[in-house]
Amino acid sequence: MRHLLDTDTLTRDEAIRILDASAQMAATQEREMRKLPTLRGKTVVNLFFEDSTRTRISFEAAAKRLSADVINFSAKGSSLSKGESLKDTALTLQAMGADAVVIRHWASGAASRLAGSGWMHGHVINAGDGTHQHPTQALLDAFTMRRHLVDDSAGKALDGVTVAIVGDILHSRVAGSNIPLLRTLGAKVVVVAPPTLLPYGMTDRDDLDVHYTLDDAIEAHDIDAVMMLRVQRERMTGGGSGFFPSPEEYTRLFGLDGDRLRRMPDHAIVLHPGPMNRGLEISAEAADSPRSVIVEQVSNGVAVRMAALYLLLAGEEAPQ
Amino acid sequence: MTSTTARAHLIENVSLYGDTTADLVLAGGVIASLSAADAPAGAVRIDGSGLVALPGLVDLHTHLREPGREDAETIATGSRSAANGGFVAVHAMANTTPTADTAGVVEQVWSRGREVGLVDVFPVGAVTVGLAGTQLSEMAAMANSRAQVRVFSDDGKCVHDPLLMRRALEYVKTFGGVVAQHAQDPRLTEGAQMNEGLVSAELGLAGWPSVAEESIIARDVLLAGHVGSRVHICHLSTAGSVEIIRWAKARGIDVTAEVMPHHLLLTDESARGYDPRFKVNPPLRTQADVDALRAGLADGTIDIVATDHAPHPDEDKDCEWGAAAMGMIGLETALGIVQKAMVDTGALTWRDVARVLSETPARIGRDAGHGRPLAAGEPANVTLVDPAAAWTVDPAGTASRSNNSPFGGITLPGRAVATFLRGTPTHLDARLTETSTEGAPA
Repeated sequence: MRHLLDTDTLTRDEAIRILDASAQMAATQEREMRKLPTLRGKTVVNLFFEDSTRTRISFEAAAKRLSADVINFSAKGSSLSKGESLKDTALTLQAMGADAVVIRHWASGAASRLAGSGWMHGHVINAGDGTHQHPTQALLDAFTMRRHLVDDSAGKALDGVTVAIVGDILHSRVAGSNIPLLRTLGAKVVVVAPPTLLPYGMTDRDDLDVHYTLDDAIEAHDIDAVMMLRVQRERMTGGGSGFFPSPEEYTRLFGLDGDRLRRMPDHAIVLHPGPMNRGLEISAEAADSPRSVIVEQVSNGVAVRMAALYLLLAGEEAPQ
Repeated sequence: MTSTTARAHLIENVSLYGDTTADLVLAGGVIASLSAADAPAGAVRIDGSGLVALPGLVDLHTHLREPGREDAETIATGSRSAANGGFVAVHAMANTTPTADTAGVVEQVWSRGREVGLVDVFPVGAVTVGLAGTQLSEMAAMANSRAQVRVFSDDGKCVHDPLLMRRALEYVKTFGGVVAQHAQDPRLTEGAQMNEGLVSAELGLAGWPSVAEESIIARDVLLAGHVGSRVHICHLSTAGSVEIIRWAKARGIDVTAEVMPHHLLLTDESARGYDPRFKVNPPLRTQADVDALRAGLADGTIDIVATDHAPHPDEDKDCEWGAAAMGMIGLETALGIVQKAMVDTGALTWRDVARVLSETPARIGRDAGHGRPLAAGEPANVTLVDPAAAWTVDPAGTASRSNNSPFGGITLPGRAVATFLRGTPTHLDARLTETSTEGAPA
């Protein structure tokens, strides 16, 4: 693996290998001395064209616990004010000798462009590109689900697990990465969203089920894990182009509360990529329930990102 | 420009329209004769065997960028590129800076085209002031200027307001003009990056749905029928658009439509990899759309092929897809693509190519002296095609100031090897230059 750009191109074996390496990394984080010397002398650049404190500090913690040098490069810009171009930034990073670049960008395909353009030679990890993908989020979600739902999970995938993804599928890079990865790992995927927030053609797919209300999905499936997506405030309104009429109506149809949670199987777990809109897509009762693994997702995120950095950067010297 | 003083040319044994073999004597700016015996002494002789002669090509839809974006293209570089591609006339779109919405700007473009002298540059006038879509521009002033504007378009933007569109359609009747509509509902395409479909869903790029084009075309053909005006639809890109045009023509509505070479050859699959050279507006669609566009062009529903030549400097393409400009250059590849997609597949003959790339665009644009028959006494606007001169497209080799072609590395079966504008060669392939000789035939 040279880059980690999306989950479409991950094979099942590669995905399981990342999850297994994540388990090893997670185990090291239980120790008193959590820092490993593995990436000493390597430079990892966190290149963030969009604010995301949570993702950035997760990658930063992962790289530092592997003893890599970390440079945080905030090149905030938008489609309206481009600022420094991606190309010039990449040339700069190349000149500085970045071994790996973790990129978060508002443009779909930016990580792919960075990896394939010839502007720089380092490894590229996509930390979220526009409305396309966020592969380490999907991997940490899969890792979390495997831990809770699959016995003796090392070496295993998610065969037979039913996962419901609820919310703004159209714009969510979390869903964008989770759906292909879950399919690769053998899980059954149930998508729950208003029709306005579904990507083109999704209802025609025969490899997943689509429901227009959360109640329908709970009724139709034995859900093992429910993944609540964050509702972006800007999707609600906009001069007649809101994707749904009101937050209240969204909550009525798609919000996860204690009542809906109790109607799922007892072992069902609740995931959310954060940050949560409590009272909108998820109630406090559901978020704070013992079945919620939302806080654990955060710590697993560090382990998964350690694994990704390790496999990309250490793997090049000692190919397996 | 100086047609009457150009040297005479004798093109021997050339296939007219791919049908009949004849000689073309170009002298005094006209096709003087179809017989070599009439060639004047001292005529430059060109061996036309294996070549197809067409009336000089006319592009109804070109962006020359001057004034305002001379870093992307100038009238001089764009004219050179056009001549190399076999064109003798181009219509230069109005979305320049300043906008071509006054007699002053269109006369500037027109006269600069005359100075360069490689192709006839016909400026397109803006329908609305500043392309803002709120107030009609002084179209009669442009029509009555030296530029004699007959085609009006806000291309790049849709004339979206239905009442304004109605007024524009009615108003251009005054001087026999035509409104060329860029059919794109702005609300349905806010932030759109590529065709809305399975590929956009996978790539996470905001979709440009076919209905945003089709709904405007449906409205405008109904409006044109209602007020009895003619309307021209720019860059058809969807199967549904072809159906609507077919329906409108069957009802007798005076509508014409154009298709771009890239929409005849490429699909939205090209967007995988996020290379912005494939970003264009309207976007590349699906194979079903490509097939429908080819069928529509073959059966005459679509009247013409135009290039939508849209030069952009490197920095506007060597970047993220979302930050990149829309558009692609196309003057030098248009003929080869039409041959590849339509002629070599048996969908069009060379005589049909003369119709869709010369005669009909000239008629829609009211371009005097263009799109005329290859016959004695007609203006010597002639393009020679070598249908067997396969070549691999190298965007760096273009005469355009920009090289944003999506066709780099693609092999095209043929190309224009000579272009004559009123008898003057504006493009002459090196091979023809080397083998041409002087003097009357023995």
